[in-house]
Amino acid sequence: MDKKKVILEIKNLSISFQQYDKGFGRTELDVIRDLNVTVHEGEMVAVVGSSGSGKSLLAHGILGILPYNGVIGGTILYDGGELTRKRKEQLRGNEIVLVPQSVAFLDPLMKIGPQIRKGKKDPESKEKLNRIFESYHLKQEVQELYPFELSGGMNRRVLVSTAMMGNPRLVIADEPTPGLHMKMVRRVMSHFRELADRGAGVLLITHDLEQALEVADRVAVFYAGTTVEDADVSDFAREETLRHPYSRALWRALPQNGFQFIGGTQPYVKDLPEGCPFGPRCEQFCEACRGEIPYRELRGGKVRCLCAE
Amino acid sequence: MILEAKHISFRYGTDSRQILNDFSLKLTCEERVGLIAPSGSGKTTFCKILAGYEKPDEGEVLLDGRPLSEYKGYCPVQMIWQHPEQVVNPRLCMKEVLAEGDHLEQRIAEGLGIETDWLNRYPAELSGGELQRFCIARALGERTRFVLADEISTMLDLITQSQIWSFLIQEVEKRGIGLLAVSHSTPLLKQVCTRVEDLE
Repeated sequence: MDKKKVILEIKNLSISFQQYDKGFGRTELDVIRDLNVTVHEGEMVAVVGSSGSGKSLLAHGILGILPYNGVIGGTILYDGGELTRKRKEQLRGNEIVLVPQSVAFLDPLMKIGPQIRKGKKDPESKEKLNRIFESYHLKQEVQELYPFELSGGMNRRVLVSTAMMGNPRLVIADEPTPGLHMKMVRRVMSHFRELADRGAGVLLITHDLEQALEVADRVAVFYAGTTVEDADVSDFAREETLRHPYSRALWRALPQNGFQFIGGTQPYVKDLPEGCPFGPRCEQFCEACRGEIPYRELRGGKVRCLCAE
Repeated sequence: MILEAKHISFRYGTDSRQILNDFSLKLTCEERVGLIAPSGSGKTTFCKILAGYEKPDEGEVLLDGRPLSEYKGYCPVQMIWQHPEQVVNPRLCMKEVLAEGDHLEQRIAEGLGIETDWLNRYPAELSGGELQRFCIARALGERTRFVLADEISTMLDLITQSQIWSFLIQEVEKRGIGLLAVSHSTPLLKQVCTRVEDLE
């Protein structure tokens, strides 16, 4: 079988912010470092990390919508070519779509229907939108409302509809389901799955590992601003098939797998330890872990750990 | 102590949908009861009624046989909410947020992994998981007899979820506090609770 084409390849991505300290001092805050993710056509990859760890910035970095003081490094390849700023501007909204985390991304002054259709009035677009709304249990009247008139859950479904409108080749979904109940979560996820099965690449950014395991093909585990493991979903069936000690700790913390926990919290970007960011919480920590840790291939996946075998 | 909801019916306003209809539940302070129900079935509303934030249209909430509304001062039934960022005053620093609750033993903050450095920060300077630790601490004041936990760990990562629950279980067992846990996750409630009520 042919290997599927790579649609998105992110290599050693870093995102940092310049902040002003007291007086005239300036500091660089590295929020994301050495992040690597690859998405193939027809594949759904989940980036799983805890809330507040900077995952959303990954989506914003790919689309070129970082705040003005954000600096991006590393390479992003889309469809084989580098994703330059100009290409980002051309592709986003058409070939690359974002399902944002917050309803604040909707235009408050534009009615829902025209907003999703991007002003298109042809019968075909209208028909398509009607069908999408139907599948999300949104009444057709909703198209005539403004975002502030909708409930949180309805706004959420509207955001997801925006992605279904075009024929995207890459969908980036940033925590698309909080505030929705389980049935709706499943439905939304099945639509992303469908987009992937029709050949698009889907990058799902979420804190919910259980949800990711239900729908995704691969999972990239995100810890303290970097990817520590890239694993097939099936690797999560057992602890032994996982590679990184943090992924294993996550596995053991699942209620159905014993509900065990490890001490400590994820370090804040300002006070990262030297070398491995997981070092202080890791049982296998040794002197070598204070140095550079390469992201290496292991058993069909990838891991950023010296001790994993 | 016994917390009892008797034949509760409730709707918001007069012409909206009936959210709770003749719902009853009883729990003692030795129990940890889990509540599973589809979303939109009024689980949060039920917690709000049990904690005295809303008055039911029909039915009553009794604490040891006496209506909850008759208890003056600190309410012995405390609720922990799903979205911590919506239930802390953004203009208070975390030290003051904690002081809103009842007297708090030092070891609670320690047990929840609250770092001293966080006490001087404002809510916007903490992550959701860090804030939730404060909200749990605030609800565990000295005179608390029942804790209602409404989807308190959905936005947490798995390790933090497990850390927080293990502390909470230990604490309520030690002090004889009754717990009502609401969640959509059956495996979670099976781990946490002594009894699970499925409303589906």
